[in-house]
Amino acid sequence: MSTRVPRIAPSEITPAEIYFSRRALLAGALASSASALLPAAEAPQAQGAALSYTANPQYSVKESPNKYEEIAGYNNFYEFGTDKDDPSHNAHTLRTRPWSVTVSGEAEVRGTFDLDDLLKGLTLEERVYRFRCVEAWSMVIPWVGFPLSSLLARFKPTSRAKYVEFTTLYDPRQMPGQRVSVLNWPYVEGLRIDEAMHPLTLMVVGLYGRVLPNQDGAPLRLIVPWKYGFKGIKSIVKIGFTSVQPRTAWNVAAPNEYGFYANVNPQVDHPRWSQATERRIGAPFLAARRPTLPFNGYAEQVSSLYQGMDLRRYF
Amino acid sequence: MTLTQRYRFIYKPLVFIACLAPLAWLACGAFGWFGVSLGADPVKELEHEAGKTALNLLLLTLAVTPVRELTSQPQLLRLRRMLGLFAFFYVVVHFTIYLVLDLELNFRTLGADIAKRPYITIGFTALLLLIPLAVTSTNGMMRRLGRRWQTLHRLVYVIAVLGVWHFYWQVKRDVREPLLYAGILAVLLGYRVLRAIARRRTAAARAAHPAPARPAAPVTSTPRVGPSLRPSESD
Repeated sequence: MSTRVPRIAPSEITPAEIYFSRRALLAGALASSASALLPAAEAPQAQGAALSYTANPQYSVKESPNKYEEIAGYNNFYEFGTDKDDPSHNAHTLRTRPWSVTVSGEAEVRGTFDLDDLLKGLTLEERVYRFRCVEAWSMVIPWVGFPLSSLLARFKPTSRAKYVEFTTLYDPRQMPGQRVSVLNWPYVEGLRIDEAMHPLTLMVVGLYGRVLPNQDGAPLRLIVPWKYGFKGIKSIVKIGFTSVQPRTAWNVAAPNEYGFYANVNPQVDHPRWSQATERRIGAPFLAARRPTLPFNGYAEQVSSLYQGMDLRRYF
Repeated sequence: MTLTQRYRFIYKPLVFIACLAPLAWLACGAFGWFGVSLGADPVKELEHEAGKTALNLLLLTLAVTPVRELTSQPQLLRLRRMLGLFAFFYVVVHFTIYLVLDLELNFRTLGADIAKRPYITIGFTALLLLIPLAVTSTNGMMRRLGRRWQTLHRLVYVIAVLGVWHFYWQVKRDVREPLLYAGILAVLLGYRVLRAIARRRTAAARAAHPAPARPAAPVTSTPRVGPSLRPSESD
């Protein structure tokens, strides 16, 4: 069911227009009898195609979001190169449909599923989250997705499922950056099961009301807003429920620099740079640096997950 | 046109303009002139480009001696001071961008960074070490310092190592580019080591087979030791 819709280059999309017209687009989509007749699986898949979703102000910050070009033009996605503008230039080689996700491990429901089947019946919502990279820059991003918990619940994890492990696609033909062993491919990330089930933890399929650009992790990526960005694994093809802590890509690469938890913490510096402050991408010269907030500003919602834990040790 | 005139009126002005080109590019990016865009994080781009330009010029400065010796173009030496001073200039630009645009003049963070972040410590050390070299780069200072000038300016080897190390340490994971710089620096410094060894051998050979001491020996059999075997005064 691959589509023949031509890819839309980010440069062809006017971000301001998208931003200011997205509610109109949504209203239009809902009102249109044609789209109402389409089952959820027929949702648009081409990059940049409009999605049906509702805004979730309860989980959105009030700060003004970054521009589309910033979010889709400044990426760490080493599968497409290690420079920030490599992914936006190279990620067009990724085919996001058909896409399947394999579920394994400590769950009653296992197997390989077509992504569109998995997405059936899930309600998309928009959440404007703060995004803090471990490199001490930050953005504000209007994601479209659904709570990870609503997806995981379908697989009926057993009581032995203590962690969830995610794996990115491994295919050096589609992901040229994987021909260089900068990291131990494929990229692996993981969460403790209670982190995974937390209502803030989001599975993302869209950005600015439209299908997620490949360079941002299409067709399916994770966003854990209180953790450093590298926890937000992109282009996921495997979800595993495990009883042992997953061996995550950056933690394996440099265990003294990148912990499993990777909670945003201004008190715990990266060995080579401070995490006390961050620079907001897109902010004017001389007004971009701001203090980093504990748990990236989500402490009220998530600090109870780590009660009694030494956050310096479990960084 | 004599060689001196060609250097003064053609080569030096050309190199001067070429050395200013990266600055022009940074300015275009910073102010958005001529449609130059530095992407989503212009501060990092400015900072990194200025730093890399400084390293490029530092390596070029160190390349002057090997190139002039290998190509028998001793007059290339006339360009070296300008390259070295431009390297210093871009290090200062790099530091200024870091302090003003990146840290936004937060001197407390600056102090903490220099004290606690090894890659910033060594980068800052390299900047400080460059100052005496820049100050003593004039003809007057060269004359005044005499032999000590050359000894002092050997500091540039340490500075170059610190600079490349600074680059290597701040990269998150993909160290291919800093390793390329390290490789080029190793070649440039290795050339000097090999040359020193070769000279020592020549000197030892001369000591082992001194010119015949017998007064009766004819003068014509004296091995030719001339100015060409004396260590170069270039560095």
